[in-house]
Amino acid sequence: MTAVAHDAPHGLEHATATGLDSRKLAIWTFIGSECMFFASLISNYLVNKGRNLVGPFPHEPWISPSGEHFKPILEIPLVTLGTALLLFSSLFVVLALSGAQRGSRKALVGWLGATIFCGIFFVGMQVYEFTHFVHEGLTLKTNLFGASFYTLTGFHGTHVTIGVIWLITLWILSLRGKVPPAKSLNLEMAALYWHFVDVVWIVIFPVVYLIK
Amino acid sequence: MATRVLDQHRVQKAAGHGEKTGLWSWITTVDHKRIGILYGSTAFLFFLMGGIEALLLRIQLGSPDNTFLSPETYNQLFTMHGTTMIFLAIMPLSAMFFNYLIPLQIGARDVAFPRLNAFSYWVFLLGGLFLNVSWLFNAAPDQGWFGYANLTSRQYSPGMNVDFWMLGLQILGIASLAAAVNFFVTIINLRAPGMKLMRMPMFVWMSFITQVLLLLAFPVITVALILLMFDRFFGTHFFVPSGGGDPILWQHLFWIFGHPEVYILILPAFGIISEILPVFSRKPLFGYAAMVFSGVFIAFLGFGVWSHHMFSTGMGPIADTFFALTTMLIAIPTGVKIFNWIGTMWGGSLQLRTPMLFAIGFIAMFIIGGLSGVMHSEPPADLQQTDTYFIVAHFHYVMFGGSIFGLAAGAYYWWPKMFGRMLNERLGKVHFWVMLIGFNLTFFPMHFVGLNGMPRRTYTYPAGLGFETLNQIETVGSFILGLSFLVFLINILQTWRKPRNAPADPWNGATLEWSISSPPQEWNFAQIPVVHGRDALWEAKREQRVTQLPEPPHVSGAGIHLPNPSYWPLVSAVGVCAVFASLMALGHDKAGAWLVVASVALLFFGIYRWAFEPAG
Amino acid sequence: MLRTAAWRPPRLVTALCLLTFVLVGCSPEHYPQTTLLPRGDFARIADDLLDTTVRWALLVFVLVEGVLIYAIFRFRGKPGDPEPHQTHGNTTVEIIWTVIPALILAAIAVPTVRAIFQTNATPAKDALTIEVVGHQWWWEFRYPEYNLTTANELHVPVGRTVSLRMGSADVIHSFWVPQFAAKRDVFANRETRMWFKAEVEGDYPAQCAEFCGIQHARMAYRIRAQKPEEFRAWVAHMQTLGPKPPPGTPPAPKPTATRATAGEVKTATAGATLQQPGPPAGPQNPQYATGEQLFMTKGCVGCHSLQAVNAPKGMVGPNLANVGARSYIAAGTLKNTDENLARWIRNPQEIKKGVLMPNLGVSETEAQALVAYLRAHQ
Repeated sequence: MTAVAHDAPHGLEHATATGLDSRKLAIWTFIGSECMFFASLISNYLVNKGRNLVGPFPHEPWISPSGEHFKPILEIPLVTLGTALLLFSSLFVVLALSGAQRGSRKALVGWLGATIFCGIFFVGMQVYEFTHFVHEGLTLKTNLFGASFYTLTGFHGTHVTIGVIWLITLWILSLRGKVPPAKSLNLEMAALYWHFVDVVWIVIFPVVYLIK
Repeated sequence: MATRVLDQHRVQKAAGHGEKTGLWSWITTVDHKRIGILYGSTAFLFFLMGGIEALLLRIQLGSPDNTFLSPETYNQLFTMHGTTMIFLAIMPLSAMFFNYLIPLQIGARDVAFPRLNAFSYWVFLLGGLFLNVSWLFNAAPDQGWFGYANLTSRQYSPGMNVDFWMLGLQILGIASLAAAVNFFVTIINLRAPGMKLMRMPMFVWMSFITQVLLLLAFPVITVALILLMFDRFFGTHFFVPSGGGDPILWQHLFWIFGHPEVYILILPAFGIISEILPVFSRKPLFGYAAMVFSGVFIAFLGFGVWSHHMFSTGMGPIADTFFALTTMLIAIPTGVKIFNWIGTMWGGSLQLRTPMLFAIGFIAMFIIGGLSGVMHSEPPADLQQTDTYFIVAHFHYVMFGGSIFGLAAGAYYWWPKMFGRMLNERLGKVHFWVMLIGFNLTFFPMHFVGLNGMPRRTYTYPAGLGFETLNQIETVGSFILGLSFLVFLINILQTWRKPRNAPADPWNGATLEWSISSPPQEWNFAQIPVVHGRDALWEAKREQRVTQLPEPPHVSGAGIHLPNPSYWPLVSAVGVCAVFASLMALGHDKAGAWLVVASVALLFFGIYRWAFEPAG
Repeated sequence: MLRTAAWRPPRLVTALCLLTFVLVGCSPEHYPQTTLLPRGDFARIADDLLDTTVRWALLVFVLVEGVLIYAIFRFRGKPGDPEPHQTHGNTTVEIIWTVIPALILAAIAVPTVRAIFQTNATPAKDALTIEVVGHQWWWEFRYPEYNLTTANELHVPVGRTVSLRMGSADVIHSFWVPQFAAKRDVFANRETRMWFKAEVEGDYPAQCAEFCGIQHARMAYRIRAQKPEEFRAWVAHMQTLGPKPPPGTPPAPKPTATRATAGEVKTATAGATLQQPGPPAGPQNPQYATGEQLFMTKGCVGCHSLQAVNAPKGMVGPNLANVGARSYIAAGTLKNTDENLARWIRNPQEIKKGVLMPNLGVSETEAQALVAYLRAHQ
């Protein structure tokens, strides 16, 4: 032990045992935890599937005791479009990241903008879907489907919204030139989160919308 | 990353070892050692509070048909006693050790995310305050720490009691998750050169496994509490039978969290014991690899036993059999650990100092708790045991006899490292013996009164069922137990006045924290160590043929990058608490959604300022 | 000097533990609600299993704690001791002490699985079905075979399997029959089941075993296991308990074989006695008529039914058809004396705060009349 303190040779101070940046590892760890969060919400949806006392139902029509007719409430075409855009947005954010890593501000700003657009469309689609359903008579309180559906897709939508806010922040920074290649990790972390949110939707979409 | 090169002048001006003083320095600290002390002192205060709650319960139960406490007060006290001890005492006391020791034992200067670390502490503190502010509203949680639906529905629990519990636990969950991400990354990424995973101290291994459990288990209770909140505030029927919901769903979700939670409570103590036994036996831990793998196996299997808490719900013979067998299976790696600890002592030269006494006490008490656990694993027998004092006996033997004895051992062991002073040895021994006697007097009779018919969670019992004698003994025992903590407090106060001159290595330790001063300088290691094997410090001493390394010199710290202090973690923590407080107001029609939005805005503000804090 | 001081505490601790164990562990007869004196087949299955496990547990306890205590003394360090041998492990030993516990657990698992399937088996077709409904904070019992409803006092015949079909009217409770069976939770949205055959007659206490709100502690009930002919007589008597005839009608014949007349009755549990209520006031008692009137006007009739046969379902309060003859009232909270009954009627909130029965502003004289009326319902 020497009397004078000094850091280890330059570069080694910040060296990590895995070679991965700690922040990247942290995002992966957080994502792992979030997997359990969504797994619980999805399990809750599946457990409650088919156990409604009253309608409206997701895939079947229903006639209420008072004689009101309800169509199956889910609108697959619109949601499929939103799903497709969300999937594409994952590609766009990869392209944005590639642009950031090679210092191309044009690619970064352009593709990041496209990602954000898709994200906003998706959330917009969900807001429209929710208001439409409420109009049709499906609220949180109506039945177990309403409760589980809004909770699951609502929490997912909240995660998408937080992702959009994060991406917009990075977009504004990139416009100002504050996301050079050395700082591309900031975008990479957001991109990882964004992919995760996408993957969760890839599970939710068939479970809720496609499988009857 | 915000860093700062230490100012030479400031170091020389500050008292003693170059540390900052004053309240503001504690509020903005991001130093893992300070955060550890904050966790420990806060948790200890909550522990005393939980202990007083227990003593009140024991006074009420000291005689039949007692009217010392009303039924509502009793139900609030037993709920808060359990909730406090689990979430506000044992977990944060473990967090004290995670915080203080993990960076030191792996040879790092701090955790991976120092501000996130501070954030975790402040959220914990605010969550604990949130839970306890309920007393002021005469609405302390009263539904049991496990909050079974559908008693917790709005219909059967219309007041704010359940909401304080539900929202308070969410706040605490955020603190735990943030800390778990932090320590997980720290242990994986910030180990000193040469510190391979299989060379890490056992405390670091057990802590690592605990973080994994936290990361995977807490999201499940987060969802359960969200569903409960939706039922109570927004009219859903997840757990309400009249709306098609199922109360059993709550039990599944809760116990999928709840069982890993008990391993979260015990594994740190396992780790502490695994450090102390070798040092005070003067030989290495017996079967290091088996200890690692049994810990991993316990954690993994811990996710497969949850319905053993539900044997009385009538799940059917297949489910009963599955969970009975997995529960029995988990006894095997647990037994292996006990034998390895005894194997560590075997053939050693046992130094029966206070930390060692608590460690041995841990083993002795945990064996008893483990054996009663095996008795619960058999559904037909458990149908007589469950919901009686037999279960209360079991979990106090593992949580108090296990976790608390282990944490006490750690406190005595690492006190000199943290505070630069040795706790008084004689008072320490008195603490141990009084605690051991008081503990057994309180909880051993519970095995019998439980099997002889006394159910739990009852605010009183009638005369004529034979419960009086044992309950009286238990009440006396509980006060003796309380007395032991008085001894501990006296020890702490006496020690505080002593000069801060403890040696770096008072116990002839094996791990890296004993190679630096007591307490360490802010940057921990003057030079990041390079590790060549397990028990790195014993190796170093053996190489230099000494039993004690020379006292490490004090250095100026110039040239070492350290993270800046910050108050944004505190602001963000306040934001978190505000969000949940505003949800409470919303749920009881005392405020509108705008307050929730404003709180979220505050939270975002705190996070943004944190993210954009200028580098030093 | 440290050596002598250190010797005393371990001895003291050991002595205390043994003393506690000896004093209180081995006398389950002192505990009327004990699970350790099985008097029914289901309880015996549970007890036998526990017995097996306790034997193994005691063996493991003595061995392991013994080794631990031996190690403490054998390897006490002395000043100047050389460094002990730095053993890192011993694979053979570690394998042995992994395999042996596994074998012990396997030995326990076999009878466990057998007992799981035994206790989950469907009871015989000729079992007596009894429906149990848990309420906050009382127990409803129905005998569909006999069209009877009663509350808080369960009569079962000795020697015949009883098949319980259980549910709850509100939150989760747990029906616990420690002497004959074990416990099973009851739910509002599904039926749970349990069965037992009582082998010893007697009067036993039991209580709810799942936290169910403010008065969980006071949700007790009694089980009367009776000889088959006494049980039949009880059923026959209960089947006469429909709506009471109008005043002036000759009094109903006094029941004979079901229970002793006023005086002391010894129960199966040593030392406990039951004070039976006094002879019933007949319908011609003037207090009876007043009581009957008050039962309507005070609103009691809204929550309590007085007919045991064809009783309406979904009543908020316990069926009171034979309340006069029960040994306890308020779900095991108070002995069924006239004084207690009056106290309960006048101020239930003081005795069992939070109970769903409100204080109805019943005066002392009114209470006497109601007591006379209810006492007649045996």
